[in-house]
Amino acid sequence: MTRILVSAALAILLVGCGTTDVKEEGAPVESRSPTTTTAPPVTQTPASKKPTAGSIKTESVAANPLKDPGNILSKRTIYFDYDSSVVKDEYKPLVTAHARYLTDHRGRRVVIQGNTDERGSREYNLALGQRRADSVKKMMMLLGASDNQIETVSFGEEKPVATGSTEADWAKNRRAEIVYDND
Amino acid sequence: MNAVARQQRRAASNPIRTVALGRLRPAAWAWRVCGLLLLLLGLALQPAGAALTIEIVGSGERQIPVAIAPLASEGTLPHNISEIVAADLTRSGLFRVIDASGITPIPVEPGDIRYSDWSARGAESIVIGAVAPVAGGRYEVRFRLMDVLKQAQLAGFSYTISATQTRNTAHRIADVIYEKLIGVPGAFATRITYVVKRGSRYELQIADADGFNEQTILASNEPIISPAWSPDASRIAYVSFEQKKPVVYVQTLATSQRRALANFRGSNSSPAWSPDGRQLAVVLTRDGNSQIYSIGADGGAPRRLTSSSAIDTEPNFSPDGRWILFTSDRGGSPQIYRMPASGGAAERMTFNGTYNVSPRYSPDGKSFAFVQREGGRFSIMLQEIGSGQVIPLTNGGIDESPSFAPNGRMLLYASIRGGRGILAAVSNDGRIKQRVTASSGDVREPAWGPMQKGF
Repeated sequence: MTRILVSAALAILLVGCGTTDVKEEGAPVESRSPTTTTAPPVTQTPASKKPTAGSIKTESVAANPLKDPGNILSKRTIYFDYDSSVVKDEYKPLVTAHARYLTDHRGRRVVIQGNTDERGSREYNLALGQRRADSVKKMMMLLGASDNQIETVSFGEEKPVATGSTEADWAKNRRAEIVYDND
Repeated sequence: MNAVARQQRRAASNPIRTVALGRLRPAAWAWRVCGLLLLLLGLALQPAGAALTIEIVGSGERQIPVAIAPLASEGTLPHNISEIVAADLTRSGLFRVIDASGITPIPVEPGDIRYSDWSARGAESIVIGAVAPVAGGRYEVRFRLMDVLKQAQLAGFSYTISATQTRNTAHRIADVIYEKLIGVPGAFATRITYVVKRGSRYELQIADADGFNEQTILASNEPIISPAWSPDASRIAYVSFEQKKPVVYVQTLATSQRRALANFRGSNSSPAWSPDGRQLAVVLTRDGNSQIYSIGADGGAPRRLTSSSAIDTEPNFSPDGRWILFTSDRGGSPQIYRMPASGGAAERMTFNGTYNVSPRYSPDGKSFAFVQREGGRFSIMLQEIGSGQVIPLTNGGIDESPSFAPNGRMLLYASIRGGRGILAAVSNDGRIKQRVTASSGDVREPAWGPMQKGF
């Protein structure tokens, strides 16, 4: 179930990564290059040993634990209780794994995106989502990741995964997502 | 150079002409001229139909009966001015528009009025006037507001306009009538902004206060929240998520040019203009938790105004610029606080309930609106600052984002009806209620623009 949720979340994230179409009446706004989501490079630099000829394909997949569905690093979402930014015990292994990965890969960077359910003021929810993202960051830093590897931002209630208004929907939306650079 | 001279100089270089008919105080005269000049700005944009429909779902206890005769030859303009004036006054909930049909001939000048016809229908005042073509393809619109009992003129103006200025001229006339009969300025010739979400598409729109002349000023596949008018109505600040994070932009309406005002590490949100338009309060997380900073309207380095370990957000300047109201959970639950506009010690303002957010000063600075959660419901409340007295303006729904009309008499807010986001309005005594629905999509994040004068 969680995996479905996570992949759904990722799918939505990818869909959401389309370009922002700024249409104006009259004069255009400042131009900017559109942010497009590109597939991650197939060949990542292997973390440990050099691949031997002939096994490049398998080696490169195995060398990217972030992409290995069997690896906890493929899980990126931490769910929260109502009005809480406490990382629950069941998500500590996930946060720990990402913190270790960042500690071992000082060149990698992540953005942690905090989210809330739909109830209440949009701006106050933006701040609550920020607090959730910060809570995850704080734990990662205690585990060895450094400040400059982690930016925390908030989407508040603006990016729900579940669009209904039941407690089950709200629970799916109270979350923080770890997004790797070039991911 | 005083304000009147400045306005008159502008009038000289501008083809719009306003003439008072009959007695009129000079100050009021200047006010009208200035107002009409500013119509140009709004009317430079392409008109469109009403995408928003406004219906009244509650009205005042006493409604002033006013008759509005069709203006002679008003059919030569693209819209019937008398109908727009009648719709404005009716929508306010404070007037009962008396049926003017069947009375012939329709009075155009004060001498034409048979007052007994109108007093028989219960009218206390009557609006008469005419439209006539003048040189340069323009039109002269004349109107007079007459007191039926005293058989005397209450107000009278002549406007020289182009056809595209018809609707705004009508709103301006409704504002004059409102001010004469209610005693405070009308807010019909104003504009509103709001966000419409259709599927995964977000549009930041502006429209006249009656829902007409809707225009999209920004369209995006990412959320847009918290639009805020500059005090001179020339710019709108807002938060857009198009860079995969909240960033505060300021966009100039006349040119559609915009710039990122606050795009620091972390989240940037909740823009609020100072009354002089020179700076904005914003919420940044660049130093950690969500805190309030001030930043120049043209950019520059932000200056931190709050230093708490809690959430401080939703800043709102007092109309005199001395104070900032904001939401903070420093006491354990979100409550409304007040601090000097330059920062400093904050004073808690709300004490009832465990969730009080989104404070907005009334235009006279004597009270503020906010949102209170009780159970699972969110209501718009009004608190008088001097006495601390709180009255509910709405109840029973999911009501958010209150925004005062610039005359302080109505508040626009976001609500949910039938699962759809709609806008609604309520009078500052809670009696008059309006519902504003869009033809499609969810409407949210309303902000009522300022009076079109003073710049």
